[in-house]
Amino acid sequence: MTDVLTPDPEAPRAIAQAPDASPADVGGGRWKRAALIAVPYVWLLVLFLAPFFIVLKISLSDTVIAQPPYQPVLDLANGWRGVVDWWNGLDFENYQILFEDELYVASYLSSLKIATISTLLTLAIAYPMAYAMARAPKSIRPTLLMAVILPFWTSLLIRVYAWIGILNPEGLLNQFLLWTGIIHEPLYIMNTETAVYIGIVYSYLPFMVLPLYSSLEKLDETLLEAAADLGSPPWRSFWQITVPLSLPGVVAGCFLVFIPACGEFVIPDLLGGSETLMIGKTLYNEFFLNRDWPVSSAIAVLLLLVLVVPIAIYNNIQAKELGGKA
Amino acid sequence: MALKPAQKALGPIRRSFAPWLDPAAVPLIRFENVTKRFGDFTAVDDVSINIHQKEFFALLGPSGCGKTTLMRMLAGFEAPTSGRITLAGKDLAGVPPYRRPVNMMFQSYALFPHMTVAQNIGFGLRQESYAKSEIEARVTEMLRLVKLEGFGSRKPHQLSGGQRQRVALARSLAKKPKVLLLDEPLGALDKKLREETQFELMDLQQDLGLTFLIVTHDQEEAMTVADRIAVMNHGKLVQVATPGDIYEQPNCRYVADFIGDINILEAKVASVQGGAARLAVQDPTAEISVAVSEAAPASGADVAFAVRPEKMRIALEPPPEGAANVLKGEVWDIAYFGDWTKFLVKLDGSEKIVRVSRANMARTEAAPISWDDKVHVWFAPDAGVLLTG
Amino acid sequence: MRKGLSSVNLVALTFGFAFLYLPIVLLVIYSFNASQLVTVWGGFSTRWYVSLFHNEQLLEAAWVTVRVGILSATVATVLGTLAAVTLVRMGRFPGRTLFSGMVYAPLVMPEVITGLSMLLLFVAIGLDRGFFTLALAHITFSMCFVAVVVQSRLISFDQSLEEAALDLGCPPFKTFIVITLPIILPAIVSGWMLAFTLSIDDLVISQFTTGPGATTLPMRIYSSVRLGVKPEINAVCTILIAIVTTGVIIASIATKRAENERAKAERAAAAGR
Repeated sequence: MTDVLTPDPEAPRAIAQAPDASPADVGGGRWKRAALIAVPYVWLLVLFLAPFFIVLKISLSDTVIAQPPYQPVLDLANGWRGVVDWWNGLDFENYQILFEDELYVASYLSSLKIATISTLLTLAIAYPMAYAMARAPKSIRPTLLMAVILPFWTSLLIRVYAWIGILNPEGLLNQFLLWTGIIHEPLYIMNTETAVYIGIVYSYLPFMVLPLYSSLEKLDETLLEAAADLGSPPWRSFWQITVPLSLPGVVAGCFLVFIPACGEFVIPDLLGGSETLMIGKTLYNEFFLNRDWPVSSAIAVLLLLVLVVPIAIYNNIQAKELGGKA
Repeated sequence: MALKPAQKALGPIRRSFAPWLDPAAVPLIRFENVTKRFGDFTAVDDVSINIHQKEFFALLGPSGCGKTTLMRMLAGFEAPTSGRITLAGKDLAGVPPYRRPVNMMFQSYALFPHMTVAQNIGFGLRQESYAKSEIEARVTEMLRLVKLEGFGSRKPHQLSGGQRQRVALARSLAKKPKVLLLDEPLGALDKKLREETQFELMDLQQDLGLTFLIVTHDQEEAMTVADRIAVMNHGKLVQVATPGDIYEQPNCRYVADFIGDINILEAKVASVQGGAARLAVQDPTAEISVAVSEAAPASGADVAFAVRPEKMRIALEPPPEGAANVLKGEVWDIAYFGDWTKFLVKLDGSEKIVRVSRANMARTEAAPISWDDKVHVWFAPDAGVLLTG
Repeated sequence: MRKGLSSVNLVALTFGFAFLYLPIVLLVIYSFNASQLVTVWGGFSTRWYVSLFHNEQLLEAAWVTVRVGILSATVATVLGTLAAVTLVRMGRFPGRTLFSGMVYAPLVMPEVITGLSMLLLFVAIGLDRGFFTLALAHITFSMCFVAVVVQSRLISFDQSLEEAALDLGCPPFKTFIVITLPIILPAIVSGWMLAFTLSIDDLVISQFTTGPGATTLPMRIYSSVRLGVKPEINAVCTILIAIVTTGVIIASIATKRAENERAKAERAAAAGR
């Protein structure tokens, strides 16, 4: 009886994946279909993909004091000459700067280090949370899920701002710790790398919890029963069954935290000190303070190159997760 | 288990095996007044069963009757609310599932998707301190036993349903459990494969000399594989008996009706004399004579007479002189199954329909029984059983 | 995983949620602080809320933010839904991999890169920066979030419903409107809300793509935050948190109620009434 009432959840998915079965195909004709695809496609091509090529182009030009502050500009009004002038003006000077000046190399390395460590910290906090959520009674799970998502809807800026008041030398954390007598001198967390770790872990925690929760919640309980039946005590079943089967969630969560954290600007800017180098902050300053568009473009291109592999892997996971096999 | 019968070496000749009739025999598993409640719902209600060593025991009943809960309590996944379960004389209360010498084959198979077939089969062994070579040897042996040599390195999702079922079986047998629990083990297989696998399970159980406890809602499956069947309904144990007794000597209407096809005639006992009773059937009004045991109900008692379709005869012409219990009727429908035919006969003077089945022993018939034919239906006094419950 | 919570689980949940909520709660509490010093409690007061309403700059920024949010969320919802339909229902087409890459990449792309590249595009094509470029940029990144939300609903959607409509003589476009759209509507609504929130919360991309006369609230907050913590900013943040939280909770309750109602109706139907 229950089989009739609860249809196989895989069935519609299987149907949805079947290509060539879409209603748009049936009578709408090729043109309608092409037009439907074209609208979002062209939008993203023009506003998301094309700009990267412009960034690449500008990263190869020279800085000048002008508006816009770079040269040469590809001027198609001059016809072929314009293209030739532009081509002749191209060089890799900006990239040389990036490798010669220690600031940039240090920023890249420091970004990777901070992103890696904070991803691992986030995982360490998120896994027990997601695990507990998946074990919670079914009736309260949506509420817990909601509670995890809610801070994500609140502006990152606000959430980071909230920490300033806490971490300041005269802030609430120090007031509390001094009051309890745990410390006698205020802790200087604000404007250090520690503050940046706290900020990143805090801001990206929901991104880690959600994929972990969804992979842990899917875990078939009979697998744990089968493991117990075959002689595996609970803590061993956790390592032998639960952890390996939640790996897709771990991987997805780590990418969701690591990639944006690498290019994070607001957190190191507001919580980190001057010695906290992160490439997002360097790029921002290069652009807004030094007004050096070509160098900031070059930074962006290199950052993208560093991130292209993780982004590609993440895209792959996302496409699989959402059944884009068709 | 797709081996053709011709290739298969026959298992041992099945011998008569009835330790439950021996008062001196000590059962391997005892359920003593076991009750399990989930909140207000009583899943298992005061059940006592003894299961003997090397027995193939089936728990049979509709879904929700408590049979799976009973098995899960033996495996250790649920604790009884009251009562006691012992295995080889040892009380299992408080023993976690991973310390119980029983293994279970799950309905969904519960194969670990991230492990290969060999890793799945070896999982139980790896939980104990076996040498690596020993585990490997055992896994190879199990793969051979379930005829999956060469599949050891595959992942579960690369296997067919039948192959997965065999991996699950091999995994649950690898630790040589004292008792193998099978939770609807063949439910996911198609009919033909299921029938073959039933016989293979029986061979395996005989070869290995293990005790098997199977939970199923499929009465044919229970009848085929089991030495004894416990029929359950609403958490209560209704009858425990051999398949033959369950079929021929059901102890109540529920069992009679649940197992196979049966005609039940509601009646009042008119008179009892020695081993025979006369019953006044109420619908249609008729009097029949039936054989009864010593513990026959008294005159005037409300009873039901249950008779299986194949124990009844049907013919166009009247039965031979002296036939007892002749009823007349009209053929209402005919279901032809090839080896036999079932006739649905509407009895005269009533809306009551009885089912009569007849083996098709000849290929052609001079005067076949057809729709709307007036027919005679009769049965011997000992063709059915008298039910009071 | 239904064995219930152990004490370790409870500790993990308590610690996790305390970590998530304590900073926000403190921020809200201190927005009602009478003292000028942000971290010293000087009694309850709503003076910072009052002074907010005399801060012309903030009010104007808020108005810009809301307008950009509504415009960009609406367009992003249309485009994102189209993108989701394309990904789920259009089968194979040339460049599909590129397309799905362009849909998923903005979800993780560092904002400084997205912001910089869009700015350079606007400069290259000679578009004056301001309200319009701001909206274009917001549409582009938020449509991808909408696409993912709608896509996951479309996947779990039983396509035989559409096939049944087609079989009964309903043309494809009408089928989409009368069958598919109502069923995926909750996802579209939450997609819009997500897009709107992303837009009103965004700082970095806005910094790059905006121009004179189009300063958003986060930009105003950012520039004052750089100069230190101010109780007035706490008040703005509290208002923003209140709006977003109320919106999200109302939406989720509405969805849940609709689901419960449906489940109840289904149970009644199944029981044969």
